[in-house]
Amino acid sequence: MAETRGVTDEPAAPAAAELAPPVPGTWTRLRQNPVAFASLLFLAALVILAVFAPVIAPYPFAQQVLEDRQQGPSALHRLGTDELGRDTLSRLIYGARISLVVAVSVEAFVVVVGLLVGLTAGFFGGIVDTLLMRMTDVMLAFPDILLAILLLGIFGSASASPEQFIGLVILALGVTGWPPLARLVRGQVLTLRKREFVEAARSMGATNGRIVLRHILPNLLSPILVAVTVDIAGVILAEATLSFLGIGVQRPYPSWGRMVNDALEYYRSAPRLLILPSVVLSVTVLALNFLGDGLRDALDPRSRRR
Amino acid sequence: MIRYIAIRIALALPTLLAISFLVFFAAYLSPADPVDIKLGQRAAPEVKARVRHELGLDRPPFVRYGDYVWGIVSRGDLGTSYSTGEPVSAFIRRSFPNTAILATLALLVSLLVGIPLGIAAAVYTNRLPDRIAMGAALTGVAVPSFVLGPVLVLLLAVRSNLLPVTGFSIADGTTQPQYFVLPVFVLAARSSALIARLTRSAMLDVLGQDYIRTARAKGLGGGAVLFKHALKNAFPPILTVAGTTFGYLLAGSFVVERFFNIPGLGDQSIASIEARDYPVIQGLTLLLAATFIAINLVVDILYGFLDPRARVGGGSGITPRGRSLG
Repeated sequence: MAETRGVTDEPAAPAAAELAPPVPGTWTRLRQNPVAFASLLFLAALVILAVFAPVIAPYPFAQQVLEDRQQGPSALHRLGTDELGRDTLSRLIYGARISLVVAVSVEAFVVVVGLLVGLTAGFFGGIVDTLLMRMTDVMLAFPDILLAILLLGIFGSASASPEQFIGLVILALGVTGWPPLARLVRGQVLTLRKREFVEAARSMGATNGRIVLRHILPNLLSPILVAVTVDIAGVILAEATLSFLGIGVQRPYPSWGRMVNDALEYYRSAPRLLILPSVVLSVTVLALNFLGDGLRDALDPRSRRR
Repeated sequence: MIRYIAIRIALALPTLLAISFLVFFAAYLSPADPVDIKLGQRAAPEVKARVRHELGLDRPPFVRYGDYVWGIVSRGDLGTSYSTGEPVSAFIRRSFPNTAILATLALLVSLLVGIPLGIAAAVYTNRLPDRIAMGAALTGVAVPSFVLGPVLVLLLAVRSNLLPVTGFSIADGTTQPQYFVLPVFVLAARSSALIARLTRSAMLDVLGQDYIRTARAKGLGGGAVLFKHALKNAFPPILTVAGTTFGYLLAGSFVVERFFNIPGLGDQSIASIEARDYPVIQGLTLLLAATFIAINLVVDILYGFLDPRARVGGGSGITPRGRSLG
């Protein structure tokens, strides 16, 4: 019941229509969607910047030149410097690197745990299903920000290193992120395991492991891909929010959220320091949303959005 | 119906217990020692041992957990603050009214803005009003409150002195309405956007049904079809969203309270984290989680009244949702 009445952010597509594995022509359809394709290009550029940050960024992210602080854009500092004389462009680029590291690690965690829980619950059913789904529901009943703040507040003691803090942020966002994916996977598996091709495989003597790996998993790729793309937007926002609140990524690492927080003290005199990270963050989140929508349409031409 | 309500309540209680377990043992497993936090690292070992005994921290963890839960259930006792020695309930009494007012006003604003926008978008699907409404909604989703707040303050308060920035506090009894405007608007932006998007998709689902075509075919006017037939049936999902929206408001209130200096639960939570005041963090987390569960319980029960089909199936009553931070 909960699944059918559940209103998620996406309009509920009929379950059967979402079951198609990545169909041929997905790439072509994605390219024909200008908004989604532009978003993909933007995100690809951002990933390249993030991966090659040490080569691309003009300065190290923590290098302070106190004589040059609070400067406007110049030939030396294309986007100016902040209150400690650090190059804003370099910090934005390294900020993308932090976002990428957090997003990839969190999604790896979310997909592994979500798949394990969802597959086990959906495939075996019965008491296993009931127990796992009760656990998932408890996690869902706990507002994610509270759990993230609880974990960070309690384990992020003053002695933790900045690297450990990034690890904690990843853990907190991973732990709060898997339940919706587990729900999604379970729902899909419940429908898939009754399909003819699974029955056919079983009648030919396929083992459970083979059925899951060869017949069920490939059919889960499309919905997981869409869910992960949209969730990355949430992860990036969440990391920025936690860092803004001072309990996420710590100094000296640059996070877009942290940069906004640091800029608050000076935003009357240097609104640039506030606006640059804000714009980069918002455009990234928008692009991920557009790409998610585009992927949904491209992977499943039958359920085109109205 | 009574059976349905009973099942809902029976499902909420173990959830609450599980959350209290999580909250308690997170602090227990923490590497930081409460005695060190209270006394400082360099206190004499005998003093530390005495304080540890006074705080009951030398007892086995499950006994302490039992005590903690029993204290809450029997006396409403959430423990005492490490830093000020006040009971945690004193913190709650100070900060809860501010967050409650802020979140309630923001929820009202999001419903008043989000539902009409969503309906307009559904009626004019893929035409200009739809594009404008959904564009605005997407911006609301993508622009986090910690960006919207400073930008609005820069535009409205600093440059033109239209609205005051700080001064929102119910507790001192002197707050005037203009202090509410900016915080409530910033907090409501994201939830308005989400409600608009969900109202649009719920309306589109209903508008595609046969009985709408029948109503139109028998000659009913657009308004009658829209409000009597469509909105009535699209309402239950919108109601569920209003419940989950509370989660977003809660998350947003951390940022908004911090930014606008509102002494509410979110602001207090962050301050307690900075002070490593575990009992206060635990108490506030538990209170907020319980409020969230209670609101969703009420929504579930209302849902049962509105949509009789919900009363039959089992179902957990918890709607999966996206991340609420931001």
